[in-house]
Amino acid sequence: MAARDIHGPAPPWGDEFRVVGKPTRKLDGLAKATGAAIYTDDIQLPGMLHAKTLRSTQAHARIRSIDTRAARALKGVHGVITGADLPIRYGVIPWTQDENALAVDKVRFIGDPVAAVAAVDEDTANAALKLIRVEYEPLHAYFDPREAAARHDPAIHEGRKEGNVSKHVRLEFGPVDELAAAADVVLEDEYSFHGSTHAPIEPHCAVATCSADGLLTVWSATQITHYVHRALAQVLEHPPQKIRVIQPCLGGAFGGKSDPFSLEFCVAKLAMLTGRPVKMLYTREEVFYAHRGRHPMSLKYRTAAGRDGRITSVDAKILIDGGSYSSFGLVTTYYAGQLLTGPYDFPSYRFDSTRVFTNKPPCGPKRGHGSVQPRFAFEVQLDQLAEKLELDPIELRRRNFQGERTRTVNGQRITSNGFLACLDQVERASGWKSKRGQMPFGRGVGVAGSMYISGTNYPVYPNKMPQAGVQLKVDRSGLVTVFTGGNDIGQGSNSMCAMIVAEELGVPLEHVRVVAADTDLCPVDLGAYSSRVTFMVGNATIDACRKLRSQIVSAVARVWQCAPERVRLMPGVVIDLEDPARSLSTAAAFQCAEEHFDTLGSTGSYNTPTLGGDYRGGTIGASPAYSFTAHVVEASVDTETGRITVHDVWCAHDCGRALNPMLVAGQIEGSVYMGIAEALLEEHRVNRLGLHAGPSLLDYRLPTSVDTPELHALIVESLDPEGPYGAKEAGEGPLHSSIPALSNAIFDAVGIRMKHLPFTPGRVLELLGEKSEREARARGGVETGGRV
Amino acid sequence: MLRAPKFELATPTSLGEAIALLAEAGPSGMVIAGGTDLMPNLKHELFTPSLVVSLARIPELHGIRRATDGSLVIGAMSSLESIAENALVREQAPALAQAASLIAGPQLRSMGTLGGNVLLDTRCQWYNQTYFWREALGFCLKKDGSKYHVVEGGAKCVAAASNDSAPALMTLDAELGFESAAGRRSVRIEEFWLADGIFNKRHAQGEILVELTIPKTPAGHRGAYGKLRERGSIDFPLLGVAARLDVDDQGTVSRADLVVTALAARPHRVTKAGELLVGTRPGDPQGELAAEFRARLAELARLAHKQCHPLENIPGDAAWRKAMVPVYVRRTFEAAARRAGPVHHL
Ligand SMILES: Cc1cc2nc3c(=O)[nH]c(=O)nc-3n(C[C@H](O)[C@H](O)[C@H](O)COP(=O)(O)OP(=O)(O)OC[C@H]3O[C@@H](n4cnc5c(N)ncnc54)[C@H](O)[C@@H]3O)c2cc1C
Ligand code: SF4
Repeated sequence: MAARDIHGPAPPWGDEFRVVGKPTRKLDGLAKATGAAIYTDDIQLPGMLHAKTLRSTQAHARIRSIDTRAARALKGVHGVITGADLPIRYGVIPWTQDENALAVDKVRFIGDPVAAVAAVDEDTANAALKLIRVEYEPLHAYFDPREAAARHDPAIHEGRKEGNVSKHVRLEFGPVDELAAAADVVLEDEYSFHGSTHAPIEPHCAVATCSADGLLTVWSATQITHYVHRALAQVLEHPPQKIRVIQPCLGGAFGGKSDPFSLEFCVAKLAMLTGRPVKMLYTREEVFYAHRGRHPMSLKYRTAAGRDGRITSVDAKILIDGGSYSSFGLVTTYYAGQLLTGPYDFPSYRFDSTRVFTNKPPCGPKRGHGSVQPRFAFEVQLDQLAEKLELDPIELRRRNFQGERTRTVNGQRITSNGFLACLDQVERASGWKSKRGQMPFGRGVGVAGSMYISGTNYPVYPNKMPQAGVQLKVDRSGLVTVFTGGNDIGQGSNSMCAMIVAEELGVPLEHVRVVAADTDLCPVDLGAYSSRVTFMVGNATIDACRKLRSQIVSAVARVWQCAPERVRLMPGVVIDLEDPARSLSTAAAFQCAEEHFDTLGSTGSYNTPTLGGDYRGGTIGASPAYSFTAHVVEASVDTETGRITVHDVWCAHDCGRALNPMLVAGQIEGSVYMGIAEALLEEHRVNRLGLHAGPSLLDYRLPTSVDTPELHALIVESLDPEGPYGAKEAGEGPLHSSIPALSNAIFDAVGIRMKHLPFTPGRVLELLGEKSEREARARGGVETGGRV
Repeated sequence: MLRAPKFELATPTSLGEAIALLAEAGPSGMVIAGGTDLMPNLKHELFTPSLVVSLARIPELHGIRRATDGSLVIGAMSSLESIAENALVREQAPALAQAASLIAGPQLRSMGTLGGNVLLDTRCQWYNQTYFWREALGFCLKKDGSKYHVVEGGAKCVAAASNDSAPALMTLDAELGFESAAGRRSVRIEEFWLADGIFNKRHAQGEILVELTIPKTPAGHRGAYGKLRERGSIDFPLLGVAARLDVDDQGTVSRADLVVTALAARPHRVTKAGELLVGTRPGDPQGELAAEFRARLAELARLAHKQCHPLENIPGDAAWRKAMVPVYVRRTFEAAARRAGPVHHL
């Protein structure tokens, strides 16, 4: 870590912010609202072909033969490829590359890509798919992760000594069992999290063209251009210097566009083979097969505490259903344990998590990668603890607060921590004190807390180069162009860069242009995942601006023959602080600097400090700064229908500093929407026959506006010492605790514990029935005792 | 995006022209009204017509009017939105207006028609899927194959009647007026349904549904519709309940009717409704409903629960759907008694 990496939370000009901190529209908001924005599918190139994918109809099978002759012979078909054309494997994590663009030898789920066709139009390509004959030899298919964990023959991925176990991690910190044995209270319970998916409105899409001299250009709806670039070079065995990857405007991703996907390789290969541009757009159904959504997990927790509510020991055992490929699974398996060690302090912790392969669409990172599921289980367990100890659940959480500038039991460094302020805010805004336990039967409130990373210091391929790079170019007109590898996936990262440049260089926001996510033009950034962009690209942008700023200031100071401290870059003008009569327009100041220094430009970078615990895997989940969140949910239960209605959700989120409060509030609202959605309605499920139960937006039930509760976004600013102006993440953290807070609200409302997701009305009725039976038995004098 | 198979589109401007086109096309011809059911089904390759005849420009099929005998005549091409909002329909056939107001979502209600809703294809989670999906599954009896998926080892298609308007129209004694090359035909909606999921209606190839006639309802007519679904919009019914209560000027029920749907291949009339409720007095619509009425209603709800056996035909928890039958029957009748409704979770 270099000095360039830390800029402190103060405004660049010492006194106040002029741009940062003001609610500001996204740069591309108008273009999106008017339909002018260009998404990947809007790209039309002369002579462009359309490609389609043939998918496996088998959940697990060996491929005996593929006959593509009839498809090739169809008029209008220009190219047909199979696994034999793209035999090299890839995968986002270098140690677990187990995917092929098209199946080689075997298929692992219904929907696994088998062949691709490029034709003059989509209908011809579809007709050609129907002419391809694939002979399969079916193999035993695994749909139950428990079975896959226990049985290794047949193996979903052959030749691995771990059989169907994709990854196993067991880490122990402190005397877990001793402290549990000595504790006043021990709670042990089981929870489960179903699968859910991202469902971005824009399906995956890629377009490729290859010039006569071999320059391959790929436009893709990806959230990580850099990894797509690397993966294309590897799989196509094409020199990376001859590959350019561009991410056009993106219609949502949420983690679902983080991996390299089959279609990117297919369009590239088909473009190279046919000499014509090729486009592939997934159908909605195919998006469900490409998946990489939330992993289903079965979770067991044992939490021990003193009578005062202080947690002394946490023990977790987690079984993760990974689906058919590794994807980010190695990281998921770690995150499932590593990210639980805040905002509470506990002296001992053990987790044992196992990810297994099953014959289902592969799971991966979805908003809150790996940690939403454990957070759900643990925060419900904390509520159970509060119940047992007869403590206010908010009070219990306060008592266990880990504090600022501390280290977690697993060795993670905590810097700023606004969790207490988050609790205060949701407590006050929700009217918690007058509501909890005091509303009529059927209506209740629940609380939960969480933390999340602002990027990690674990680049998926090991290297010591910067994690984020930014380049600035200055025009004589006063325009500044920012080149960043950062992927704006709708979260507004381009706007964030522009605001920083406007703040630092005193140019009006509309005089900043952002060119992003184009591997030919932009310096490398590792992409939009793990909530790293604002933190890392923001810091890199400040770094680049400061270098440029010093050139401009010193050039102007020379002309004015004054000390550089007197030169101040204000919006649109440069002034002499001690002689208000003296000023220059920004454009004139840029020209002045160009006279002195030749063509202007600068680069900026960011790299994380050395972080993490000193053990294998200790850097996974190590972040330069953590965000903190608290939720209060108010919900009611119709005890006759079992239906849950969420009325209000208050979410207080510590994002360090809200560089753009409008976008932070948007992220909070979007996160809460998504969390409540997967708690109540959404389910990514494979049925008993191995088919996705409803791969459409009719059957995968995203809540509509009428199903959405009132969302109250409360911003807490803890001013992180290392974030750009003190900022941390806001895109993923605010999802986490919404789900357990809802479960806890249901307990307050009707006294049942929702420990298994999704919270369907059928399940509510079942638990209500069990509860009244229990109560009837209790009235009959039969005591059922819990374990204390 | 899924692609629809290629077909030719005809846009006749008179009923006669449309009938002739359909007669000529035979089984390869199909009718399109709003297209909100047909288009997704075409994209799923459930139908592959070579000619599609649009009814959009045929004036005879549009409009809602009161006939001289007081009955309500609704053109088949009336949009669901217009059914939900039309003052005549709301007054004379409240259950129908309520059902229409809960179909799909706002955009679909402005495109979708009442005729199309009556003639909606039955639905099944193993059937309303893409060609690829159904191929991977093994084609079922209803389309392209011979397998049963809902009931293992079953022998019959149990795809569900999922049109919200059907039960309401049944409680209203609606008559369907068809025209085809063979002439005019009118059928009571009660007699229109078949208990066969593959094709659940007595609707011949080439017949155009022209209009629906709802006999005049008495002054004391009350009706309501209850719909169970997962989301507050868009979703097809997991259960639909239409209730009718005609109350005479003494405040006594002179006629009662209950039809439930979305459980099996055809809407189901719970015939005991009349027996149980006729002669009771619901009581004050604004205040507490009468105890006697509520007791009879509870019995009816229990009876309906016993008679209904939802299967895993449409997506959703079948046990919950069954458990909701008595709740929705009771709530829907209560809403009718109070001149309220629809019964919906929002
Ligand atoms: C997302 C979604 C949600 C939906 N939700 C619901 C719901 O909740 N409840 C519900 O009931 N429906 C629902 N629908 C189905 C549909 O929108 C409605 O049933 C609508 O009323 C169909 O009318 P249409 O005019 O669009 O019919 P079309 O699609 O045009 O036609 C449907 C069928 O009827 C035939 N047909 C139509 N009109 C005539 C006529 N006059 N004469 C002869 N044949 C004719 C057509 O040939 C076709 O077979 C939904 C559809 C979608 C896509
Ligand atoms: S119920 Fe009918 S549509 Fe559904 S799977 Fe069986 S045969 Fe097919």
